[in-house]
Formats: sequence, C-alpha cells, structure tokens
Amino acid sequence: MRIPCPFCGDRDASEFVYRGDAAPVRPQTDEGFFDYVYLRDNPAGPMREHWHHAQGCRNWLVVTRDTRDHTIHGVVLAREASR
Amino acid sequence: MNRLATGGLVERDKPLRFSFDGRAMTGLTGDTLASALVANGVALVGRSFKYHRPRGLLTAGPEEPNGLVTLGQGAAAEPNTRATVVPLCEGLTATSQNRWPNLRLDVLAVNQLAAPLLGAGFYYKTFMWPSKAWEKLYEPAIRRAAGLGALSGQPDPDAYDRGHAFCDLLVIGGGPCGLAAALAGARAGLRVILADGDLRLGGGLLSERRRVDGLAGADWAEQAVAELAGLKAKVLTRTTVFGVYDGSEYGALEELTSGGARQRLWKIVARRCVLASGAIERPLVFTGNDRPGVMMAGAVQTYLNRFAAVAGRRVTVATSTDSGWSVALDLLAAGVEVAAVVEARAAAPSAAAQAARAAGVQVLTSAHVTKARGAQLSGVEVAQAGGAVQRVACDVLAMSGGWSPAIGLGANLGARPAWSDAIQGFLIQSPPPGLAAAGAAAGRFDLAEALRDGDQAGRAAIEGLGLRAPDTPAPSAEPQDSAVASPWRTPQKAAKAFIDFQHDVTVADVDLATREGFVSVEHLKRYTTLGMATDQGKTSQLNGHAALAAATGKAIAEVGTILSRPPWLPVAIGAFAGHHRGRHFRPERRTASHDWAAAQGARFVDAGQWKRAQWFARPGESDWLTTVNREVTATRAGVGVCDVSTLGKIEVFGPDAGALLDRLYINTFSTLAVGKVRYGVMLREDGFVLDDGSVTRFGEDHFYVTTTTLNAAKVMQHIDFARQVLWPELDVQACSATEQWATYAVAGPNARALIQRVSLDIDLANAAFPPQAAAKVRWLGAPGRLVRMSFSGELAYEISVPARLGEAFVRALFEAGQGLGVTPYGTEALGVMRIEKGHPAGAELNGRTTAHDLGLGKMMSTKKDFIGRVMAGRPGLTDPDRPRLVGLKALAPNDRLRAGSHLLTLGAEARTENDQGYVTSAAWSPMLGASIALALLRRGPERYGEHIRLHDPVRGPEVLAEACAPTFFDPAGERVRG
Repeated sequence: MRIPCPFCGDRDASEFVYRGDAAPVRPQTDEGFFDYVYLRDNPAGPMREHWHHAQGCRNWLVVTRDTRDHTIHGVVLAREASR
Repeated sequence: MNRLATGGLVERDKPLRFSFDGRAMTGLTGDTLASALVANGVALVGRSFKYHRPRGLLTAGPEEPNGLVTLGQGAAAEPNTRATVVPLCEGLTATSQNRWPNLRLDVLAVNQLAAPLLGAGFYYKTFMWPSKAWEKLYEPAIRRAAGLGALSGQPDPDAYDRGHAFCDLLVIGGGPCGLAAALAGARAGLRVILADGDLRLGGGLLSERRRVDGLAGADWAEQAVAELAGLKAKVLTRTTVFGVYDGSEYGALEELTSGGARQRLWKIVARRCVLASGAIERPLVFTGNDRPGVMMAGAVQTYLNRFAAVAGRRVTVATSTDSGWSVALDLLAAGVEVAAVVEARAAAPSAAAQAARAAGVQVLTSAHVTKARGAQLSGVEVAQAGGAVQRVACDVLAMSGGWSPAIGLGANLGARPAWSDAIQGFLIQSPPPGLAAAGAAAGRFDLAEALRDGDQAGRAAIEGLGLRAPDTPAPSAEPQDSAVASPWRTPQKAAKAFIDFQHDVTVADVDLATREGFVSVEHLKRYTTLGMATDQGKTSQLNGHAALAAATGKAIAEVGTILSRPPWLPVAIGAFAGHHRGRHFRPERRTASHDWAAAQGARFVDAGQWKRAQWFARPGESDWLTTVNREVTATRAGVGVCDVSTLGKIEVFGPDAGALLDRLYINTFSTLAVGKVRYGVMLREDGFVLDDGSVTRFGEDHFYVTTTTLNAAKVMQHIDFARQVLWPELDVQACSATEQWATYAVAGPNARALIQRVSLDIDLANAAFPPQAAAKVRWLGAPGRLVRMSFSGELAYEISVPARLGEAFVRALFEAGQGLGVTPYGTEALGVMRIEKGHPAGAELNGRTTAHDLGLGKMMSTKKDFIGRVMAGRPGLTDPDRPRLVGLKALAPNDRLRAGSHLLTLGAEARTENDQGYVTSAAWSPMLGASIALALLRRGPERYGEHIRLHDPVRGPEVLAEACAPTFFDPAGERVRG
C-alpha cells in the first residue's frame, strides 16, 4: 500500500504509523470523553483516518481510505483538516 | 539417449555434467534440469505425496507438480525445486524426494494397497481413537510417510537481496504477447519492466514452430529483447512476479546465478501492468493418468522443439483441441514415431489428420484414453464412441485437455474469476486497478491474436498514462486454421484417475467429498487438499472443479473457482527476510561513548534498539552483583558517571511552547522559570500514565523535554499529535534531538568537585546553581547543557555535549576525576539507586498505572486542562482500593524479593481473588544490606508496617516482607541538596 503524503509525495505505507478514526473530536467540556476515547465506528467503505508520517516529514495526516480495498481517496495535513 | 541429432535451442558443443540421485549424466547448455533428464532417458523423477506412486515429468514449465527435486546438499540444499525451471549448470546435483530407500524401490509404495483407507479426509476419520495417540503416534507417522522434500534443519547459508523498482508499465510474462506489449510501451518512451520466470524470453515461441514477422519465433523474441534493451527497458529474466498488492505494488522473485545472493526479492510499483502470463494446459483424467510417460502435449512439444529431447520412442497423442495436433505434426517432422492421435471430438482438423494418416498414424475420433498401462507407460486403452476398446502400444502419451488462462495474479486482490463458455475456462472479470490481462491469459490463445492483443494492451497503457502511442505496426503471425476453443471433456469417473498429481487427489476423492457435503469449491479444496500443495493446483484446479460440477449436477460456471492469493509460486522465507537476519534483524543504536564503555569492561543490555552499559566488571569480579554493589557504593561514597544519552530528547520552541506543555503534562510548565528544570508526568487521554521525564526551560520560547528511553518515539508522536491535530492554533514547533546530544549523569558527593575540574566556565556553588538549576554552558568552545537534577538521590548533574564530542567528554571527565575515585556505572546500579529512592521507572510506568497509583496524584493540576485529566477522574481510576506504590523490605536478611511475585496477606490462600498486588521492581540494596522492592499493593500507603507474603509459584518459595514508604535511602532528600 502507498500513501500520497501531501508533503513528501507517494510513499510506502511502512513509513507511516496508523492511529485510527479521525472523526472523534476532543470535547471542549468534561462531557463526552468516554465516547471520544473509546467509541469507534467500523465502517465498510471510505473512512477518514489519522496516519503519522513517522519515517518522513513527521506530519499527521488525514487519509481517506476505503476499508474494503485500501483505495486511498485523498490525503490532507491534519493541521489543515482540523482548522 | 533421447536427444535428437539436430534442432533445438541447445548448444551441443557445450556439454554440462550433472548428477541425479548420484548417477552422473551429461546435458547441454540451454537445458533445464528437466530437459536434461528427458534427454538422458530418465522417466521416473519422484514419488507422489500420499501413495508414493512413481511419477515422471508432467510439464515443462513452472506449473510442474511431479518433478520436484532437492538441489545441492547440506545446509544449502533447496528442497521441492521444480526441475522444469532450473537451468542446468556444470556440477549440479539433484536428488529425488519422498522415497526410501531409493526412487526405484520405495518401501512406502505399500500405501497404494491401503488407498481405500487413505481417501479424502482420511486422517480425520481413521485415526480417531484413542485420542492421545494422535499427537504421539498417528501424526508423526503420517508426517513421515507423506510429504515432499525436507529442509536441512540448519541455518540458511544463502544471502538474499532486495530490490525496489518503479515503472510506468510492468509486463508479466515474456512470451509473444508480453514482448509485444513491452515493445509498444518502450517505443512510446514508457519506463518498462518485463519480468519472466524463464532464463530465455519467448515463452511459447520457444516451444512451437511458428513464425513472427517472417522470423522464426525464437529469433523474433531475441530481436525483440535486443530492441527493448536499446530502449532502456528493464528485462528481468528468471524473475517471477508472485503477487499483486494494494496500491499497484507487485512482488517478484529473481533467481540470481552469479555470486553474491541466491535470490532477489523485488517490490515493483507500476502505474500500469499487462498480465501476459499465458495459459496452462489441462491434463486428461483417466485411470493411471499419473504414470511416468504420460505428459502434457505442450510439454512434449517443448522438450522436442526447444531442447531436442523426446521422452520415448513411440508417442500417442490424446487431445480435445487443435494444439494436440500441432504436437503430433511436430513429432512427425522430427522423425519421431507417432502411434496414434486420439481425438475426443467427432471430427479431426482435416489437414492435420490427413498429414498424420499419410505418415501412417492411426487417427481415432470421438475417442478417449480410458487407461494407461504399465508401471512405466507401455500402452494405452482407447474407447471409441461405439464402445469398442483398443490398445495402442506407446511409451509416451501426450495429452491435451485444452488450456486454462493463467490468471491467478489477476485474482490476488479478491476478484473472483468468471467462467467463459467461449474459451471453456475462467477469466478475470474485474482486474485490480491498472492491470489488464492480455493474450492467452485473457483467453486469446492463438499466436496472431496474442501478438495483436499484447500490442493493444501496451497501447492502452500508453494512452491511459496520457501519452500517444507510436504508429509502429503490431507484430504479426499467420493465424491458425481453426478456433482454439475446446469442447472440453469432464473427467471420467474411474479408479486411480488423478486430478491433483502433487497431492494425490483422485476423482474418487472429489466424489467422496461431494457425498459428504463438501460441495463448495473452497470446502472441497480444504477437505481433499486439492490445489493446496506447492504448485497450488496449477494443473489440477479446473479439473477438480469440473469433477465437482459433474458430481453435483451443476454447470462449472455455477460451481465457480477458488480465490488465488499470493504467492503464485513458492517463495523462501529467507527471500522475504532479505538482509534482515541475525545482527541485521533491526538497527542497533550505540551511544557516542559506546567504544569507551566497552573498553571499560561494559556488558551491554538492549533497551529498544539501544545498547546500554549494564555494568562495568573489573578483573577479579566474578558475579554481576559484586560489580553492581561496588558501582552503587562508589557512587554514593564518591562520584559515578552514567551514560544517559539514550533518553529521548525533544526541543520545543515557540511562543506557545509553555501552553502546549501544560496540556501535555499533569503539572504546569508555563510558570517554570528560565534556567530551571522540573520533573513531569504525561497521561494518555484514557487517564493512565504515558511517560515521565524532565522539562527544562532554556528560554522564554525554548523548552527541552526528556522522555524514557523506550518511549522516545511514542512521546514524540504524541507531542506532534497534540500540536498538529488537537491544537493546531498553538504557535509551537517540536523536534527530536535524541541523537544530537550525548548526556552523562554525574552523581555522588564529589559530583560538584568533578565537574569543576572540567572547564564548563560556570559557578557551581549551591547559591549560584541550586537543585533544579539549568544553564547553557560551553565545553571546548562547543555548546553544552548543564542541569542539576538527580535520579540517584545524590548530588547530581546531567551534562549534555554534542554527540560527536561524547567520547572526548567522557574521557575528559575520567581524566579529571582520577583523584576523586570516579566510577562508571551502568543501568543495574542506576536501577538499584532509583529503587532505593522509590522513583518509578519502566516497570511501574507499565500502561496500567495512574499518577494516583504511583503516589504522584498530587502533581495533577486542578487549574488547567491536560490530556487525560477527565478520564483520570473516573471512579475506577481513583478507587482507594487500587494497588498503589509501596516499598517492600525483606524480613529475613537472606531472603530475596523477586519482581513479578504476587502479594498476599498473611494466612490468605494463594488464589486470584486474594491477590493484593505484585512486585514491580526488586534489587539488593548495598546501602541497607537488604533485599528491597517496589510494589503495587492494594491500599498500599495505608499499610506501611504490615507484613506481606510474596508468592512466586514459578521461581521459588514464599518470602515475607514489610510494607513501607517507597523511599528507602535518605528519605529527607538531604544528599541532593549537598
């Protein structure tokens, strides 16, 4: 599998570290932390995920990957995605 | 000898000597091991997997199920090597497999008598009682009796290389179709890689007597390869693409011949791929179809035309396609006697049949072979439409049941092949992105059609990449007279009619499986093991599924076929491992003063990838405890130096650096004064401790963070996540500096005196540089960092210098400290001293402890948010009944406390529900003269003074200890302030 890093270009997946679903947002108040920490959807289809280009530019990325066939539909820098 | 006097692509003036089962033989340059065996008249090459039936070569290509041999001997022996793909070389030694004492007389051939007991799933049924006997008796016996080659059992002495390649167009297969595709692509300027498992390119052109663009097939192929080389295309011979992976990645294995590595594993990223892997001929299924002498018609043709070798004197051809007839005509042209052509169809192709009859060949239509006679083929029985059976004497039967496109790779990513009535075979319906099958692999079997198709596939790739295809014409050949589609016969229901030659699966096995309900192709495969051997059913899959269709009364399109996973051909584990073996399994990280430490007698221990000095044994010290006790005592009495360069180091810069650290740590750093250091603890968002370390402020906008050795990368990632994902609005940068600094802890009452002797140009008096002070310093003109902090409980400093100066600095320290008794100490002494001081380390920061558990709860700020704050407040994590950090001291002076022991109250039975916690770290304290430990004990801090049992059912008897505060030495902390 290859991931097109917006900073480094098309790179081998072994350079990246997987974190998981990019959807949960850290709550602003004390409510909702349980869901944020523990509850995850497991969709069959496109999913926005956090990947860290640990062996490259060290950017956190939001990768949209189809969980059924690993097709990558898009990659953006996480810092830009969360703005 | 079975070698013809003329013809073939072998060099008769370059003989090669080799041996098979110890018999010396001679072959020719250009031979494969298989063709050399054919030329030497060797009909028997192996014994079958289950019944130990004698077997000969079935094919001439990589799909070979029978001709498996062991090459070489000793540790370098290569078992299960297909003789059909091994280029013959001088001195090659090959040995047959799965026979004892030898190939001709194989004792276990008696298995054939027990064949009725050894049907599908026999080991599930026959060896059921008593159950204990399975492991001890039945399984070992079955494993000994069945099988293929054996591994040497020794470490693999061969080296394996790794290659990475990128291209616009990967062409899999160097036959006419693949060459046409590669030529089209290379002519348009694409970066082309052409990979083929064979030593020589041309595929079927080397086997058949066909012409392309007016040239003999082999000559055209040679010319095409030369043109490709001129166009800078990469032509990989002896390279088999074995897998298609996500993201247009292809795995390939290259066999290397000269020096160095045995094989090279390629990872090829290709924007487009043409699968020109050709087709595999299907055997006919009848009684005794596995007898030596029964071969694929295409193989007989290959041995004849490419290698000028014939497996016998008198050949019968049995076919249901036109391709069988071309074999018969080639044999006649070469002067080989053809006894008969057994044609399954009602009408034979007229021109071919006429030529055959004219040469005196018996032509039988609407006929099929029902039985092969003789242990080594002596003749066949042929049944014709009316039921008349006749015998035909022959020593070779060339059979052709039509062709199956070799589409396995195309189905690697999960696409199920679909049946095509037109070609009587399975085709890829939805190939992986970027891949297209062409030629015979797409069911276009005729040469002229395959050339055109390959050219078109190449052009489609060019256009798909947005380029223009050149105007050069496609290579051309005379089309064959008639269509190739084969009216294909379902297997006969007959005794000992083999479908899977390599795993000894017969029609009867498929029938039995069907009767027992295994009617899905995937169940059939697993129950009968059809298609599960090293050849993965390349010759057997379709016949098996046809037999299943016949047994269940379905159409083969309904039965379907199995999914094909990588690898397409066997790949040695060593090839995947490549260079990553032994010491190269993973990188080894050494600190700047590693060599110096080694010269001081250091013994090293692994800490992640790092090598850390564990202790420094001196001459005369026979056990490690003596050494460690000396290091601790010397440090606490004088001064010790420990290399702590492996700690993770992170520079944090920016106006919001303090704000970020406040959110990362449970305690506050934005208020830390410049020139100060503070201990900090980080939680995970779930409230458990992630890591601990120090944070030093060197400037308003500059903090310097240290982490534990093992968590360095994880914490770096965590910080990056916080600043990039959680709070991108903060103006802060972070960068790992672990490898930039060499850091030494200097600890002990003489630490100040020692540091004063190396010129750091700084006032170290208590008033000027108190505990928790930090400063940028210079050593020999280079930048350095000095921090006054202590892990040992002594007066201590941590000094960092640029890594390149690490060794020079440590030498300077020891030179300066000669009169002060300076002693190097390792991680063991470091561990003893931190246990004596009750500092948590890796064993306590185990991912299951909270700050509260470790007695650090009071550090948690209530004035700010930080990662883990909310979840750390959950009732389960603040329950006073949780195991919490305490000290334990052995009651009896000779008792040894052991890490991992479980804690029990006096009198309680040793059961899980009575568990009170466990020992995390233990050490012999030379200062206390006792065995001490840190432990997590339920309600620990409330139980100081209580006697606790340490239960260790694995390593030793119970010992008694007293719970105490986890600070054994200098509890008031006076020494640090010294």
